[in-house]
Amino acid sequence: MEILLAILVGLLYASGIYMILRRSLVKLIIGIILLGNGANLLIFLLGRITKGLPPIIPENSKVFLEAYADPVPQALILTAIVISFGLQSFAIILVKRAHKVVRTDDLDEMNATDEDS
Amino acid sequence: MMQQLIIYPLLFQLFLSIVLMFFWNKINAQKVISITGSIIAVLLSSYVFYYVWENGTQKVNAGSWDAPFGIVFVADTLAVTLVLLTALSGLAVSIFSAGSVIKDRLRFGYFPIFHFLLLGLTGAFLTGDLFNLYVWFEIIIISSFVLITIGGEKAQLEGAVKYFTLNILASTIFLTAIAVLYGLTGSLNMADLAGKVAAVENRGLVEVAAILFLIGFGTKASIFPLYFWLPASYHTPPAAVSAIFGGLLTKVGVYALIRVFTLIFVGDVFLGEILMVLAILTIFSGGVGALVQNNVRKVFSYLIICHIGYMIAGLGMFTEIAISGVIFYLIHDIMVKTNLFMVSGIIFKIKSSNSMRALGGFYANYPNLSLLIFIPLFSLVGIPPLSGFWPKISLIGEGFATENYWTVAAIVFASFITLVIIAKLWAEVFWKDAKEIPEKPKFEYFSDISKAKKTQFILPIVFLSLISLYIGFGAEHIQLLSSRIANELMNSEQYIDTVLNNS
Repeated sequence: MEILLAILVGLLYASGIYMILRRSLVKLIIGIILLGNGANLLIFLLGRITKGLPPIIPENSKVFLEAYADPVPQALILTAIVISFGLQSFAIILVKRAHKVVRTDDLDEMNATDEDS
Repeated sequence: MMQQLIIYPLLFQLFLSIVLMFFWNKINAQKVISITGSIIAVLLSSYVFYYVWENGTQKVNAGSWDAPFGIVFVADTLAVTLVLLTALSGLAVSIFSAGSVIKDRLRFGYFPIFHFLLLGLTGAFLTGDLFNLYVWFEIIIISSFVLITIGGEKAQLEGAVKYFTLNILASTIFLTAIAVLYGLTGSLNMADLAGKVAAVENRGLVEVAAILFLIGFGTKASIFPLYFWLPASYHTPPAAVSAIFGGLLTKVGVYALIRVFTLIFVGDVFLGEILMVLAILTIFSGGVGALVQNNVRKVFSYLIICHIGYMIAGLGMFTEIAISGVIFYLIHDIMVKTNLFMVSGIIFKIKSSNSMRALGGFYANYPNLSLLIFIPLFSLVGIPPLSGFWPKISLIGEGFATENYWTVAAIVFASFITLVIIAKLWAEVFWKDAKEIPEKPKFEYFSDISKAKKTQFILPIVFLSLISLYIGFGAEHIQLLSSRIANELMNSEQYIDTVLNNS
């Protein structure tokens, strides 16, 4: 399972970066989304995958008796997902506006800011 | 009450932005609330600064969860100094925004978002938890995205696309670094990490995490070769927005670098060398970039990059005196860069242009204003006894002491090239004969606006220039402060003890 997830994370990072390097605005957004998902899965993977052992202390004990699934990475991922959701919706609106104003989908043609003025 | 004192500046900014949202359409009310609120924020931050100065590092466990399990807020001298500087620039830019940002922009929630940005900055300086730092960074960037796009001009949107992409990429890399570090140590508390990272056996992965942090924060701090988003975007929004961005946003990246590399990844020779090389390249590329630009705001944008190099160089040397030079430079730079972008705003308001070729005749027409602008410009160059001069003594001195002659050469080169650039700017904009610039229709010129508005333009520049003068002439106070901060950073045991001691 870990190996599979590790390969998946690698694929998500690679394809995300590939998409960002393309010139299209829409592919840029897709790239950002893929990268974000890759990072979330990476946190999940590095938090160690423990199956079927929730972090609950038994009633008659004061400490954990065996290995347990770490709840922190899941809280982190949840936070990161919410944040990236907000950022991605902003990105989509921004790209739509930029496309409307600049009238191009090609990042190479967005060079008004580099002009000498 | 007193235990939570250090998070009051943070809560106050949050409170302020929520109150401002209730006055969404009442712009004049927003202006009054924002300016009064910013004054209160300065008083509050000053008190917190005074309290920490007298009583040493303070901490608050959020939700009373003991460190290292919960999120902690830590106020050491560095954090409170930066919180105070944030409040000071916030006040200046708030007044400047009230005068300079047009109504169409203010109607879309400019002031609430502005205070959210200050909230994010204050939070980033105060937090003692790595993931919490990520969250504050996200608050900073999402507010800055709104501020940079508000108004929706063509150049703004294009600049925003570049700014957006690279900042989000930096955040993702930062998140990746947190993931790797959490996988290695199982902790997110920075003080706790300090001990745990040192004990990790897999040094290779620790190095990987350190480099990922360097890339993530380096993009935000705009060090070489990660700075290209900065000159492409910082000149596009209104001058008030550029001012707060130029003054504080790159510096929060520098702060994060200082924090991570003095607390978590300490004394790594390889990293020190990388930082040094990057610093030299940053200084050169920023300086040369600024030399060839014609737009006043682009010149200032490249100068930001150039001077980030100083701070990275000092961090690379990693001695107590060098760090104190870095802190001194940081304090000076936040004040001056905020001021300079406001200056570019006032130049634009007077002549409706920021092109150095087209401008001219300022000294003949506005002698008093020109003398005022002289202060931040030549503080930046660092002509003694103005504020930019003092930190360079520490940096150059330590460069010789640690035998980093290339760094010394780069710092001297940067000082020289800054002098050339500012002299060129002074000659072009202030001394050269005035040229006819075709009048823009519908543009409200400086001479047309009311006296109250003119005050809102001039007052913040006077305010920050006075602070710059104080930093220059009261250098022994600032030196005392930065030495104390450097001492705290180099001897991080005290910080760690304060955070992890829950009694």
